[in-house]
Amino acid sequence: MSADPFSLSRRKLLAGGGALVVSFSLARSPFSTATAQAPPQPPRLPGSLRTTPMLDAWIRVDAEGITVFTGKAELGQGIKTALLQVAAEELSVEPRQIRFITADTAKTPNEGYTAGSQSMQDSATAIRHAAAQARELLIGAASARFGVPAEQLTANEAAVTAVDGRRASYQDLASAELLHVAAQPQSKLKDPSSYRLIGKPLERVDIPAKVTGAVAYVQDLRLPGMVHARVVRPSSYGARLRSVEIAAVERMAGVLKTVRDGSFLAVVAEREFQAVQAMDALALASRWDESKSLPDPARLYDWVRNAPAKDYVLQDGRSGIETSGRTLEAVYHRPYQLHGSIGPSCAVALAEGGSLTVWTHSQGVYPLRDAIAEMLRMAKDKVHCIHMEGSGCYGHNGADDVAADAALIATALPGRPVRVQWTRDQEHAWEPFGAAMVTSVRATLDGSGGVADWQYEVWSNAHSTRPGGAGNLMPAWHLAAPFTQPVPEPIPQPTGGGDRNAIPLYRFANTRVVHHFIPDMPVRVSALRGLGAYMNVFSLESFMDELALAAGADPVEFRLRHLQDMRARDVVQLAAEKFGWTIAPKLPKGRGRGFAFARYKNLAAYTAVAVELEVERETGQIRLLSCVAADDSGEIVNPDGVRNQIEGGIVQSASWTLREAVTFDETRITSLDWSTYPILRFGDLPERIEVHLIDRPREPFLGTGESAQGPTAAAIANALASATGVRLRELPFTRRNIKAAIGI
Amino acid sequence: MLTLSVNGRSHQVEADGATPLLYVLRNDLGLNGAKFGCGLGQCGACTVLMDDKPVLSCITPITVAEGRRITTLEGLGTLDNPGPVQRAFIAEQAAQCGFCIPGMIMRAEALLRRNPQPSDKEIRGHMSPNLCRCGTHMRILAAVRRAARAIRSAAAESARSQEARR
Repeated sequence: MSADPFSLSRRKLLAGGGALVVSFSLARSPFSTATAQAPPQPPRLPGSLRTTPMLDAWIRVDAEGITVFTGKAELGQGIKTALLQVAAEELSVEPRQIRFITADTAKTPNEGYTAGSQSMQDSATAIRHAAAQARELLIGAASARFGVPAEQLTANEAAVTAVDGRRASYQDLASAELLHVAAQPQSKLKDPSSYRLIGKPLERVDIPAKVTGAVAYVQDLRLPGMVHARVVRPSSYGARLRSVEIAAVERMAGVLKTVRDGSFLAVVAEREFQAVQAMDALALASRWDESKSLPDPARLYDWVRNAPAKDYVLQDGRSGIETSGRTLEAVYHRPYQLHGSIGPSCAVALAEGGSLTVWTHSQGVYPLRDAIAEMLRMAKDKVHCIHMEGSGCYGHNGADDVAADAALIATALPGRPVRVQWTRDQEHAWEPFGAAMVTSVRATLDGSGGVADWQYEVWSNAHSTRPGGAGNLMPAWHLAAPFTQPVPEPIPQPTGGGDRNAIPLYRFANTRVVHHFIPDMPVRVSALRGLGAYMNVFSLESFMDELALAAGADPVEFRLRHLQDMRARDVVQLAAEKFGWTIAPKLPKGRGRGFAFARYKNLAAYTAVAVELEVERETGQIRLLSCVAADDSGEIVNPDGVRNQIEGGIVQSASWTLREAVTFDETRITSLDWSTYPILRFGDLPERIEVHLIDRPREPFLGTGESAQGPTAAAIANALASATGVRLRELPFTRRNIKAAIGI
Repeated sequence: MLTLSVNGRSHQVEADGATPLLYVLRNDLGLNGAKFGCGLGQCGACTVLMDDKPVLSCITPITVAEGRRITTLEGLGTLDNPGPVQRAFIAEQAAQCGFCIPGMIMRAEALLRRNPQPSDKEIRGHMSPNLCRCGTHMRILAAVRRAARAIRSAAAESARSQEARR
């Protein structure tokens, strides 16, 4: 341990955490700053209460019992369980006493998209305050009824009890108006020392149904009279349907209808396999005009570097200042990558009496409703979108598009629920990919081994083309009266899109960061878990390693040298300690260790990852040995949920980093299944993945869902460099790329 | 008309013989466990057991399944009384979205029926055809190990009680 100058004992860490809690609780936003301001501005309400302030939009107590509503959707990230814990904690009820309703345009608040690791900040914060205020109102009602001061009443298991034993249930106490009030900016939140549920690993409420075959996904929804549809997609992005012979297809067994609107082509059948066979027949019976519209894949990164771009200077340190010292530069590349949901997208829609209901695994039922209404030229209040789970999406996959397919087909076949299931190749070809990106970084080390000058540029397409309007629903592009995709705008800082995490959290003497935003999208792109953060953190943290090597410093110590944020330092130190990071370790030949850190979006969870791996020189095969992560997600609601997200993030990012690239020619996408787009398998897994959490009671919730993506990629890159002495800067690190780099 | 034996019950099925078993299980028999993942036999989401062996129901025509014992996720246990492998997946919280998990459970079940004491390497090798995208792999492996332990101790328990009865 003596060789380890930054080692940190658990006791010191906890002491540090305690001190932070005190200082932060005094300055706790959002109230303290708001109350300090001039009175005309009403104080900001916490979380999504800002947009939906009425308490009974979130919590209802009536004859049906206690119902809690969220506008966020369960995507497999466990949000439903975490939100339930928060609600039950502050309401002083047991989780099983709550009926929980998620994203539904007829029932729940509009919380936009379930995206950006925002659900805890937005929805859990709102529910927490709404629940606490509802509890106090119920206690107030009991106080009036019993003629006893509120301080002498306790709320427990959905009832209020007086010291003399009198007791009234929440249902008894709640009148129709009691919770029909606007939220207050301040709530009487529970003290962390009294928590029964927050901070405890409550088992996920959705897992038992999923492992026993209950109806758990929109794919499992079977409505009475439901029919099955399949879409025949164009052969490539720009292809137009020249002709199609439908007569023979419509004579096939079970076929009810073919639907053609411009280049939108679909078939409906009574039974699912009949729809599959009819889809195949229809595809054979259709002729398409297509042309080359994609960049030359062999020169993809030249295209990214040279496409017309709008430039945004994010941080304006002087460019190219004269610094004496050693200057290093590097360029990093990332290909298009897939969400690759295991279950292709699916939706069910029913058009009836001038209204449309859509069951969807969209991440945003309200934006989807608006987009579908626009596409069908219907009034918004005639379209009802209900979220049901789908296969994990990790961002904007085919969910919204298949809902649009179902909406288009259902309106052509009113009265019958229509289920549309995409095929594997449709999902692979048509989902919007994570954008191809290029980054370049140049930095100068000063005499004392610090970074004196840091110049960073990132070239990227958009990272969100969600609907939006109908123009972002892909099927709407193919209609006879098409909607065109709007020219995307970059997501502004501080969260950013392609420039997410482009600004280093490290303190350098001079920093300049430029984002080259490319509006033109020959290849369809949108939000993939982490957005630009995956690539930017991969680049930044790879380059920090290169600089540490050049400075003759240990990579972890070099990071700490430039890191002032105490919570960031704690996470880095904890990961290093738990991993057993030592300076210049003696490792067997072919083995290497790597480290990386980021605070997601520079405002969400802090995550550090350390990796040990082995490279087989003859084959270029990487074997991951161990991955150890440390994470600070603020106040932890469900530690096992946080761990599950980080573990999953590590494995998924390892898959992106080691295996994944969309392939295409100048006309078509050519990675259309799991053999042409391989992902990580059980045989490729590390021997151990450990996740260590730092809990920060009373601190705001920080989103965790995407925070491991960038650090994992860079930690692997750094371990690979340490194992082989060769630095790979182009993703993914396939066997072939590794062999080429190490010169076998 | 075709007769399928699924989860110990016999079912008359009226469908084209070329229909993949998956569609019949889901739509005709209302069994949600097996999932459509690729329709190509590449991902394992549709895995069911045929005479105790894992098969990919998305590429298995029902004519092939006739006369064989089909077991789906629903055949292993229920919400109120899950089977040992299902229990192990719950105990390890081995799911994120969970879409691949029914296939994982069925593939694991096939292994444990054959070999209740698999090594870690055997488990990884056996599970390899099935894909998971959420990255729940480590928990899935832990669940399979846990299930193996539970099955072994249940077997030992039942052997003991038989011994005692004798």
